[in-house]
Amino acid sequence: MGNKLIELQHISKIYDGHKVLDDLNLYFNENKFLTLLGPSGCGKTTTLRILGGFEMPDEGHVIFSGEDITSLPPNKRQLNTVFQKYALFTHMNIAENIAFGLKISGKSKTYIEDKIKYALKLVNLDGYEKRMPDSLSGGQQQRIAIARAIVNEPKVLLLDEPLGALDLKLRQEMQYELIRMKNELGITFIYVTHDQEEALTMSDTIVVMNQGYIQQIGTPEDIYNEPTNAFVADFIGDSNIFPGIMLEDKVVEIFGVIFPCVDTGFGHNRPVDVVIRPEDVELGAPGAGTVDGVVSHLIFKGVHYEMEVTACGQEWLVQSTRMYPVGEHVSISVDPFNIQIMNKPESEDEEAVVLDV
Amino acid sequence: MYKKSLSCPFLIWAAAFIIIPLLFIMYYGLTDKSGSFTMANLMAVATAEHSKALFLSLGLSLLSTVICLILAYPLALILSGSRLGKSGFVIFLFILPMWMNFLLRTLAWVVLLDTNGVLDTILKFFGLKGMKIINTPAAIVFGMVYDFLPFMILPIYNVVSKIDVNVINAARDLGANSFQTLYKVIFPLSLPGVVSGITMVFVPSLTTFVISTLLGGGKILLIGNVIEQEFMKGTSWHIGSGLSLVLMLFIIVSMILSSKYDHGEGNVL
Amino acid sequence: MMKKLGRRFYLFLIILFLYAPIGTLMVLSFNDSRTSVKWGGFSLKWYQRLFENDTILAALGNTLLIAVLSAAIATLLGTSASIAIHHMKKRRQSICMSIVNIPMLNAEIVTGIAFMLLFISAGNLLSIFGIHFEMGFGTVLIGHITFNLPYVVLSVMPKLKQLNISMYEAALDLGAGEGQAFFRVVLPDIMPGVLSGFLLSFTMSLDDFVITHFVKGLGADTLSTLIYSELRKGIKPEMYALSTIMFLAVFLVLVFVNLNPREQSAAYRH
Repeated sequence: MGNKLIELQHISKIYDGHKVLDDLNLYFNENKFLTLLGPSGCGKTTTLRILGGFEMPDEGHVIFSGEDITSLPPNKRQLNTVFQKYALFTHMNIAENIAFGLKISGKSKTYIEDKIKYALKLVNLDGYEKRMPDSLSGGQQQRIAIARAIVNEPKVLLLDEPLGALDLKLRQEMQYELIRMKNELGITFIYVTHDQEEALTMSDTIVVMNQGYIQQIGTPEDIYNEPTNAFVADFIGDSNIFPGIMLEDKVVEIFGVIFPCVDTGFGHNRPVDVVIRPEDVELGAPGAGTVDGVVSHLIFKGVHYEMEVTACGQEWLVQSTRMYPVGEHVSISVDPFNIQIMNKPESEDEEAVVLDV
Repeated sequence: MYKKSLSCPFLIWAAAFIIIPLLFIMYYGLTDKSGSFTMANLMAVATAEHSKALFLSLGLSLLSTVICLILAYPLALILSGSRLGKSGFVIFLFILPMWMNFLLRTLAWVVLLDTNGVLDTILKFFGLKGMKIINTPAAIVFGMVYDFLPFMILPIYNVVSKIDVNVINAARDLGANSFQTLYKVIFPLSLPGVVSGITMVFVPSLTTFVISTLLGGGKILLIGNVIEQEFMKGTSWHIGSGLSLVLMLFIIVSMILSSKYDHGEGNVL
Repeated sequence: MMKKLGRRFYLFLIILFLYAPIGTLMVLSFNDSRTSVKWGGFSLKWYQRLFENDTILAALGNTLLIAVLSAAIATLLGTSASIAIHHMKKRRQSICMSIVNIPMLNAEIVTGIAFMLLFISAGNLLSIFGIHFEMGFGTVLIGHITFNLPYVVLSVMPKLKQLNISMYEAALDLGAGEGQAFFRVVLPDIMPGVLSGFLLSFTMSLDDFVITHFVKGLGADTLSTLIYSELRKGIKPEMYALSTIMFLAVFLVLVFVNLNPREQSAAYRH
């Protein structure tokens, strides 16, 4: 189970009569890269702001190293935040920005100078001490925001969509940078994003949230390969989500066609959701697979082709390195291991159980 | 996040020196010497002398507002289109005259406009007839335009210079010629500035007593002069307050009109 | 090309219109002749006499003191009011903003007589308790602070709206208390607005005549009211000399400040 560093207990938060978080329970361990992932309005940023001390939960407690810090103001917390739009102090130069927290806590001059050097080195911006924030590019400002936070040696670094304002190429570079920094610093990063690719690339653990509830907690592989419900499957990556009937263990019926699968324990004739990733749909010559269909759309995506195949009156999203032209008759087959069976949710905002992180 | 108590000093100040003084005007305007309620002070505006002053004020201030608008609008367009418009130069240019006393600045026009004054001499030099405008209503309009023109230029400039160039480009791209672009795109967008400029010129023009005293030779009475005399010559504070209330009606109407358009962008400074 | 020339010419005409009286006054200040109509040759005698004229110097002292004090107090009051108003709920915010704007939007003459009625009534009320109170320097100061308030609020408010709220939160996050965060991060950021509010207030106060006219009572003449009282006798040319000096001084200061925007931003920093 590891060491619980921060724990959120039964957190609820209401804005203007709208419940943003509802009885949220979550805990974070030391030295992990943890991502809160979800669409906008899912409560991930509110969760982060409650951790940072910028919001008070209406109910529940925030426990930090066994201590209740729910009502502790942000300046008294051993966490630091990297804000969405950097929030650098525009009237101070880079060195003054980084020194801000250290000066407040009354550190010595030489200590501060060493720290500034170290932090700038860590974020690959040596020699930028005297520059002003507006003279830096977005990516550089982001690095300074990180440097400014980490010189205070927080136990946890909170990052609120820090790469959102950067362009794609820079974003990908920064993803590797962040992983490197986390490993070098050996502290916990709690990262908020709506970008599933970012989450999959960087995280040790992903918490998928929607409408104030946690939908699933797991490693990137777990989340991608075994989504627990249709929301997670749909949100993470592309997927075909079909209604199906679990006839018996290891046999599922989709649109009247029987597919073998590997899931058990759903009982007999139980309605379920079936998730099949587009890259797991295999196309072949007509009659060679489980069901036949016709290619209706084709797009070239660089590494692969993306096709839509009409079969059983449904569109199947297919990704393949081999091209099948529109109008071609094909067969569809799926490896039993690649068919993911999920219980139908009782409601849209069904809450997943709190798993061990 | 900040302490609520920050608003206290301001609220106390506003109550004592903004709200209560206005209540005093209402009290005096609606009572007679014995302190009983009367509408007589408001009705005093209907006397020949007072209504003449009021209509003259309305006429002259409307005229000067129109002239200010005509002069200021092209200027605001020119400034927003030129490099001069950047770097606070415009504000600098139009605020700077305020550092020379307003009474002296206005009085200087007496020297310039007087018979045998500077302007007259120049006109005569070119063989033209001299203008006799000093001590006439025309001189008062002249003074109003001079004193309040910056209050028309700045709000319009402020709004016009913030219009996204791409909006104008889009209009051109969609086939509008420069006049159509001005008339159908720039002007409607600049309306908040125009409206706020109009109130900022109209209200002080309507209520001035200084300009008419300085340039009207003391013979032309505007409503402002009437009110000033009721107070400073000690005739009647009640009638003075009553006339002020009538004046405030006009101000309130023009403020309501302007608040319909003004969403905060039109504020000058 | 013609179009550009036309624009330049128009701009030139308006500037000429605005600055012609100023030029006139400057010329008159060097006029040896006492009457304003005749040019009697170049002379510096009015400048010399200015410094011997105690009435004018006293009015100048009053004017500057009132301008500095009223601008400073209005800046303090207006800035704190702006912050308070900025954090109010929408409805209360718009009510407060309307109240703030009254002295700016209302006619000066109405504001002036409203003050006069207030101060005279206050004087009458206080005399019942045996306290002597009459209009003078203090009432002029109160009047000026009040009509300066909206200019400060109007200058500071946009800066507060632009302020990136996460900058304040970042300061808290880095360990600053609310006060530290305000003085080290928020105030420097809105400082340009605060300064321009101060400058604007100072200018408005310096240029005011109408309100001072009604609330100055018997004493406390400012330059404006002194000029007004001299109207009938004719303005003393010393006045022209003084206003020329003031205008040129301000002009040089403003030019200097505008030429050194870097220095300015450095000044905000500390």
